[in-house]
Amino acid sequence: MPDVLDLSFYAKRAADGTLGMDLAVEGVACGACINRIENAVRKLPGITEARLNFTNRRLHVAWAAGALAPAQIITTLEKIGYRGHPFVPLRVEQEEAVEARRLTRYLAVAGFAAMNIMLLSVSVWSGNITDITPETRDFFHWASALIALPAAAYAGQPFFKSAWRALKARTTNMDVPISIGVTLALAMSLIETANHADHAYFDSAVMLLFFLLIGRTLDHAMRRKTRAVAGNLAALKADTAHRFAGDELVTVPVGALSPGDRVLIKPGECIPADGTVVGGTSEIDESVITGETARRAIAAGAQVYAGSLNFHGALTLKVSAAGKGTLIDEIERLLDKAAGAKSRAMRLADRASRVYAPVVHATAALTAIGWLIAGASLHDALITAIAVLIITCPCALALAIPAVQVVAAGALFRASVILNAGDAIERLAEADTVVFDKTGTLTLPQPRVVNAASVDPQLLQMAARLALSSRHPLAVALSRETSGAAPFDDAIEEPGQGVRAMIDGSEARLGSPAFCGLDSVTPPPNASVIVFSYERRVAQLAIAQTLRPDAVAVVGALRTLGLKLCILSGDRCAVVKPVAEVLGITDWQGAVTPGQKIDFIETLKEQGRRVLMVGDGLNDAPALAAAHVSLSPISAVDLAQAQADAVFLGDWLKPVLDAVTAARRARRLMTENLWFAAIYNLIAVPVAIMGFVTPLIAAAAMSGSSILVTLNALRARMQP
Amino acid sequence: MNVLVYLVPMALGLGLAGLFGFLWALRSGQYSDVDGAALRVLSDDDIERTGD
Repeated sequence: MPDVLDLSFYAKRAADGTLGMDLAVEGVACGACINRIENAVRKLPGITEARLNFTNRRLHVAWAAGALAPAQIITTLEKIGYRGHPFVPLRVEQEEAVEARRLTRYLAVAGFAAMNIMLLSVSVWSGNITDITPETRDFFHWASALIALPAAAYAGQPFFKSAWRALKARTTNMDVPISIGVTLALAMSLIETANHADHAYFDSAVMLLFFLLIGRTLDHAMRRKTRAVAGNLAALKADTAHRFAGDELVTVPVGALSPGDRVLIKPGECIPADGTVVGGTSEIDESVITGETARRAIAAGAQVYAGSLNFHGALTLKVSAAGKGTLIDEIERLLDKAAGAKSRAMRLADRASRVYAPVVHATAALTAIGWLIAGASLHDALITAIAVLIITCPCALALAIPAVQVVAAGALFRASVILNAGDAIERLAEADTVVFDKTGTLTLPQPRVVNAASVDPQLLQMAARLALSSRHPLAVALSRETSGAAPFDDAIEEPGQGVRAMIDGSEARLGSPAFCGLDSVTPPPNASVIVFSYERRVAQLAIAQTLRPDAVAVVGALRTLGLKLCILSGDRCAVVKPVAEVLGITDWQGAVTPGQKIDFIETLKEQGRRVLMVGDGLNDAPALAAAHVSLSPISAVDLAQAQADAVFLGDWLKPVLDAVTAARRARRLMTENLWFAAIYNLIAVPVAIMGFVTPLIAAAAMSGSSILVTLNALRARMQP
Repeated sequence: MNVLVYLVPMALGLGLAGLFGFLWALRSGQYSDVDGAALRVLSDDDIERTGD
């Protein structure tokens, strides 16, 4: 049966009639790759555009409709040593690109305005203590106003809009005092200018916007960067399915499957979609769905879920509508419940602004009243009150947290942790209990050979090399023991039995015990055995789920940090117990249903604990949503990953530890920054109340405090 | 000090020219792949290759 790869699902028609496709490209390492890839793709017939974005490792290709099959592009890339993974750009990502460009425009305008006004302001300040004429000063002030008013109206939009939304919802956020401060400073400066006064605060207002926009733009850029990497990883993970189209078998991306399609699942492949088996028998490994590591025998009529691994038989599957099926329904119901019960912790910045805004505004009002009682004119009293508002500028306060967040997110990114939620760092720092799932989280997502030490290394290497020629899951697990060897040339796979090849004139066999001339073997507990025979030498290789290589050390380190640790697994108790014992975790439960996982977390919450849930399975998704904060390995099923606050990469468990320590350090720096902003205000406010603040002092105080807060935030980069 | 009457607007005009230059560069996508731009300048794609 011919098997054709059909990628038309990814091709999108552009306005000029050409078709376009985006690919995440693996293996782009240096500048030379740009030319090699673009030149190779441009040589294909009908290509109108091929451009590699080196920053996010993505290739955009466009071609005249009908000129070539999209799969040719992938084959071309493969020929020159790269792997291309087509993907559909997420709408969120496109929206963020637009937003990033808008923020950069605001920043540019604010920067231009701040610099030019400062040029005029410095002239006024130096003129005020020498011999500037009132006419020249007025001219400079009017010129400043001409720059400041349109610039603030344009570049202040993100703050004004956010403040307006908050006020409409009858809450307050940091943007409310910012907007009030900027507006009052501009209005007062305008009136003062009209009255030929010595001082105007145009520079303070615009500089405030400029500094805050720097913080926002950086925050946004960091989030976009991590999202691009996450998008590429999703593209790498995207699977294909063999769909029946009449008698032909067409390989299509999983996203192109629709309910009612019939797909073929070959031995050793992952099941691409939820559905009902209509033909064939096999065993499937559903550990990624339920956490259960024992295999389940299935035949026609059985309900199977996407992500399960098919073992030795070919299956025909009828795809059912997304989210249908008893388990999925149950998970969805639990997810709704978890989302409803969840009360998101209020963010540190919002809590600070809730205290800050009333205090500052009350102080300003009291200042005005105080001066009026002391006999000052209404004009002078108001000017002093507004000076208080300007000097208490929330600049340091508003930068205190985003600055740390940007730096900490970068540090986490380098530690292979990709944040999904913006406030995940704060919640990670608060966690005092860690609940682990076992299968795929504490253990590696794929099984490994567990008795490698007791097998002759030479024999093991030979067996692993032979295993490369088989698609059986046990052989795939064994093939991970090779150190980059190529498969044997003439290996022959005997369906259902094993694989054999001639090595140096003798036959080597890998497969079931019978295939290799053994009567029967007794596998060690919770492991499967694959046998290798060569020149009368026989090796029994036990394959089982193994702990992540650094699990013991990381769990120990987490305990040292004072975290309470638990294991909640959907697997049988007999399998969970040895894992818990090795890790020294006394609080564990096996055979837990998704509902019980939520209940367990709710009980912990009622005890006042903040739970960090680490899990990867479909059965963990509701628990991930219910927990205070959650982490998933990149191998997790999509639904679990969507619920997690952050995703970690690689075979190691260390990112979990890094995430907790980095988050705690970030949280400490955030608190420090808030205290710093408070102390700054304690010093500056009395000076402002006394009426000693000039625009020069305001500008110096604002830049000084912002720079100090930012420098302190940079400490979040440091490794522990 | 009459000189200021046209020097200040001139300075502002120059600044504005720079600002619009930046906005134009941003709009035409010159900041969408900053790492790539740094490397592309090194490639000899404008030289016709004979072999290959």
